[in-house]
Amino acid sequence: MKATPTNTSDMRMVLIFSVVVLLMPIWLQPFGAAYPDLMQKFAIFGLFAIGFNILFGQTGYLSFGHAAFIGVGSYATVWVFKGLTMNIFPAILFGTLVSGAFALAIGYVCLRRTGIYFSILTLALAQMSYNLAYSVLTPITNGETGLQLSLDDARVLDDPIKEGGGIPPTNLFGLELQAFDGLAGFYICAAFLILGFYIAMRITRSPFGSMLRGIKTNNNRMMYTGLNTRPYALAAFVISGMYAGLAGSLMAAVDPLAGAERMQWTASGEVVLMTILGGVGTLVGPVLGATVIKYFENIFSAIDKSVLADLYSFLPDGLADVFVTVTGLFVGKGWHLTLGLMFMLVVIFLPGGIMEGVERIRRRFSKQEESN
Amino acid sequence: MSLLEIKGVNKSFGGLKALDDVNLRVDEGTVHAIIGPNGAGKSTLLNAIIGKLIPDNGEINFDGSSMLGVQPHQINQLGISRVFQTPEIFGELTLLENMMIPLLAHRDGAFKMNMWTRGDAQADILDKCHHFLDDVGLWGKKDVESASLSRGDKRRLELAMCLSQDPKLLLLDEPTAGMARADTNATIDLLKEIASRGITMAIIEHDMHVVFSLAQRISVLAQGHVIVEGLPEEIKESPKVREAYLGGAEV
Repeated sequence: MKATPTNTSDMRMVLIFSVVVLLMPIWLQPFGAAYPDLMQKFAIFGLFAIGFNILFGQTGYLSFGHAAFIGVGSYATVWVFKGLTMNIFPAILFGTLVSGAFALAIGYVCLRRTGIYFSILTLALAQMSYNLAYSVLTPITNGETGLQLSLDDARVLDDPIKEGGGIPPTNLFGLELQAFDGLAGFYICAAFLILGFYIAMRITRSPFGSMLRGIKTNNNRMMYTGLNTRPYALAAFVISGMYAGLAGSLMAAVDPLAGAERMQWTASGEVVLMTILGGVGTLVGPVLGATVIKYFENIFSAIDKSVLADLYSFLPDGLADVFVTVTGLFVGKGWHLTLGLMFMLVVIFLPGGIMEGVERIRRRFSKQEESN
Repeated sequence: MSLLEIKGVNKSFGGLKALDDVNLRVDEGTVHAIIGPNGAGKSTLLNAIIGKLIPDNGEINFDGSSMLGVQPHQINQLGISRVFQTPEIFGELTLLENMMIPLLAHRDGAFKMNMWTRGDAQADILDKCHHFLDDVGLWGKKDVESASLSRGDKRRLELAMCLSQDPKLLLLDEPTAGMARADTNATIDLLKEIASRGITMAIIEHDMHVVFSLAQRISVLAQGHVIVEGLPEEIKESPKVREAYLGGAEV
């Protein structure tokens, strides 16, 4: 393929994206978010949102059940840890493929309908999976306790017990995910995020991507243009299900257990918020949305009264108390309130999400340059 | 030889007989106009041809094989393209991408997982996009979102999309409705030029100027039934047509 100008601008985008992601441990420090646990979440949920966007943003099908694939990916991954090896490579591969197969079955059923009926079907099937994981599937999912590793696991390729006792740690061909204070785990997740971003970009630019956007924009025209839209939508569904499965597998890789709560509808709803907040249909938007939401969830929820009191200590006593009480509503357990307000502001003033804001600022600057 | 043959087609919606024993033949290489008063069943007939509606009974044969029970996308792949009364285009996409989709459908068939090549790096598709958009004078707007086009331009875009698929039969549903006179004349010229390439056309139209400028044969539909079929001169003279359609007025 020859290098067209658009092609090089895409490569530049991937490059910038990679640099920003890989340098997270540095530039997140002033925000107090540069610890591996949180950065792993950014990467994993970013991946989840990128995949979700292929179905929702590109194809126009709003799924309310994508957390089910996270759960399937997690369970499948932990089973490989238990039965085969603690190397995450086969485990993640297996988790992603099983999620893909599961998405094929769910998508085949749900894509018989469009619009709100499709959304309700995905919600119903995901909640069903969640409840099954809690009840009759207990032999596979270990019910409420969640699926955990134990010393009795077979692990036929590894030693079931590490030297000196205890469960062996997860690793990628010997590199432990907990190595370098957990940074190894973050960089493995980051590598998958960059790979996932690149694949999503290739899909967006491909003829297949055009077909998905055609389905979103005018499904009738697609049919009368000689295109069989069902397999296209199903392919998008399976791809986004595999992204979710990969995210679930990575969750299990950095913390080797799997619980049904990952499949709950609130988790499915969260990825919808992430995508809308960041910018539906854009490439970078979903990652941004995921990062912002996970940041608020972890940082704002950790702020309590004493932190606020410190912050306002320069004010006279009475006034400081008022400020602490009022802002106290928006942090700590009240972080959802902040998120809700922010979400409302974005949807009302920037229907295209954060990316629309970025685009507007960029356009304003380029206009100023022209007028100069 | 007739390309499209409709035999004894009936379609009822509840108590309303939208199509009542319709018989129609469209010969290869001709422009066939279907006229009739509002509610005569013209659009219903087109819907039956493209598989949007399934007739209650009767036969629809295209190019020698039955179209009954064939999926809409398969009917298109067999060579029938339709321009709708309200332009059906991809409003959120650019004109270029609007053109690429039908061209890809024509080249790659109803389904192909082509997700690792670049859409804008396919020289054959891009050349054709250029050619067909140029044909309708829209190449200059190729990067514009198609929803922002004027109604006339939307129609031209849809026509270009249909033509790009090299159809054997082109169905046009009121291609000049709501157009200014100058636009209408430009469209007539464009359609004449398309007809001269040998593309068979079936056209629904209210504007008699358009009908008599283009049509080689005319069928008159009234209350779901073909009351007369013939050459334009015959239709002009037919008292039956005047009564049913023109209410006795002069053409």
